[in-house]
Amino acid sequence: MSLIDIRGVEKVYEMGAETVRALDGVDIAIEAGEYIAIMGASGSGKSTLMNLLGCLDTPSAGHYQLDGVAVETLDDEALAHIRNHKIGFVFQTFNLLARTSAVKNVELPLIYSGTPRSQRRGRSFRALERVGLADRADHQPNELSGGQRQRVAIARALVNDPSILLADEPTGNLDSKTSEDIMALFDGLHASGNTVILVTHERDIAEHAWRVITLRDGKVLHDELTERGRAGQAGGGGGAAHAARPVVSPDASARPGAPA
Amino acid sequence: MIVGENVLAAIDALRANKLRAVLTTLGIIIGTAAVIAVVSIVQGLQFMITNQLEGVGSTYMQVFPDVGFNQGPGMVARPVELTWNDGLALRQQVPGIRLITPIIAGSKPTRFRDRRHTPDFVFGVSEDYPDVMNHTVDQGRFLSRIDVERRRKVAVVGSEVVEKLRLGQQPIGGEIYVGSLPVTVVGVMEEQGTTFGGNLDDLVIVPFDTALLLFGRDAGDQVQLRLHAANADAVPQVRDGIERVLRNRHGLEDGEPNDFTILLQDEILKSVGAILGGVTATVAAIVGIALLVGGIGIMNIMLVSVTERTREIGLRKSVGARRRDILAQFLVEAITLSLIGGAMGVAAGYGVGQLVAAVIPNWPQAHVPLWAVALAFGFCTLVGVGFGIYPASKAARLDPIEALRFE
Repeated sequence: MSLIDIRGVEKVYEMGAETVRALDGVDIAIEAGEYIAIMGASGSGKSTLMNLLGCLDTPSAGHYQLDGVAVETLDDEALAHIRNHKIGFVFQTFNLLARTSAVKNVELPLIYSGTPRSQRRGRSFRALERVGLADRADHQPNELSGGQRQRVAIARALVNDPSILLADEPTGNLDSKTSEDIMALFDGLHASGNTVILVTHERDIAEHAWRVITLRDGKVLHDELTERGRAGQAGGGGGAAHAARPVVSPDASARPGAPA
Repeated sequence: MIVGENVLAAIDALRANKLRAVLTTLGIIIGTAAVIAVVSIVQGLQFMITNQLEGVGSTYMQVFPDVGFNQGPGMVARPVELTWNDGLALRQQVPGIRLITPIIAGSKPTRFRDRRHTPDFVFGVSEDYPDVMNHTVDQGRFLSRIDVERRRKVAVVGSEVVEKLRLGQQPIGGEIYVGSLPVTVVGVMEEQGTTFGGNLDDLVIVPFDTALLLFGRDAGDQVQLRLHAANADAVPQVRDGIERVLRNRHGLEDGEPNDFTILLQDEILKSVGAILGGVTATVAAIVGIALLVGGIGIMNIMLVSVTERTREIGLRKSVGARRRDILAQFLVEAITLSLIGGAMGVAAGYGVGQLVAAVIPNWPQAHVPLWAVALAFGFCTLVGVGFGIYPASKAARLDPIEALRFE
């Protein structure tokens, strides 16, 4: 069974008198260990899809199964539990707690999972080591550069060993050099077996992934392997067992990376 | 999430806005300070009065002339009198009276050689005074029955008078002037401390009739009588006896009300308690309003805090905080805020109480009972919960997606 199995998912918002179909029948399957980029223009539904994948929201219709659990049946508390244990969020704006040291920021998910204080510091420290920031553990966010802040955020996402690392425009607030560093970090995390899902509108960021899912008007427009993905699969690396396939006619890819 | 984590997070959040936190809790600080100050002062008073009354014992009684008597409608105006002759009659006719003294009090300047001093009290009493009031002499002797009967020009003084007039190591036998009357000091009273309205060590005691020479004959028309029954069981019988004899002496018809009031020690204790209780209750009501205002201040700042930290709430939810975790976090923050205000208020109130006691002469030592402190903190917790629950539940109900998007 796939790690993520989305079938016929719809998300409908009532905006006053208007009904917005943000997602309109989406089918996606993602295996453990895949490295995926979700692309699409503003309004394509990629943010909505990310919120659903991250269990911040539930679909209006359809099924979402994460690691064997039917998410659409869960209540608020169970969703919080899933976010805590199975999802690691990385945000465009980092969302670190101000006036709180890096290691304490990383500890946050462990507090909500009820991890004993004696274990929290050590685990947070190891997560910071994984992102190469162990020497900055006691620094507060305002003492760190943008790239370092994003590394802290990634460490926070990793600290509870989630099933999915879910990054929403993780390089959107970073310069191109720092973006490359952060993407190299994601590449490394994927290589070491993590499932990584990026949401981005930048083609060159998406190229890091092995598989790109492009959305348009709430539907999957493309679902295809990148060059890296094909090379990786040929080399037998990664976990992308799922065969990517184009969904709609190729001409729709005329403006794949329209800025959001 | 564990409560300890919430408390730490709350303290961190408040530390980030120290001035704001203090200003917000000003209402709570003032309210709590007022409670503690008033309670400490009232308790000090009650403590002192109760101590003095309990010192004189349960057989102690007072008789006052009822000055309101001749003001009643339809009454023939007639002067109300309660004289030492009444007192002497009671001593002879009411069985069970062990000791009795009149008290008239006034103020007269005193002089010893070139030193002048006006003591807080000049008392005219009988020889029973030390035993009635449980206030004994330290040096020399008290007034004797003969001093009182022969209206001798002798006096017993308090330690403060000895000091102020500089009567020296051997004050006994010294000639002092009270007003224009020369008297001989025969004794010095034991130190007793302060009471309502004055220092009990700053006094001159002379025989009752000698006091009349100082204050004038009319002063003897309305005296207070203070007495002791032989034992506690005799108190009701003595009371009835006093009533019977005085009504007879004052020529009161059946159905006419008494023109005097008899107070027993436990009644005095009760009425003191009632008056001070009334003061406390009035202040408590005002303080309730202050705490209400303080609570609204806390609610206001918590709502601001929730809005300011919307993204933080969104983030916490995205990493797995449940509604009740967020609720607990903000509730604990409101309670912490309120308790900090309470702690500052208790400290300030204690300071004000001590200051009042120190600055006003003869005011008793302030006394803060533990229950008042516990009550203050309990109330602050209640205010924190009461006014924190709405902002906290607002935070807990935030949609994480909206919250994360909040600018």
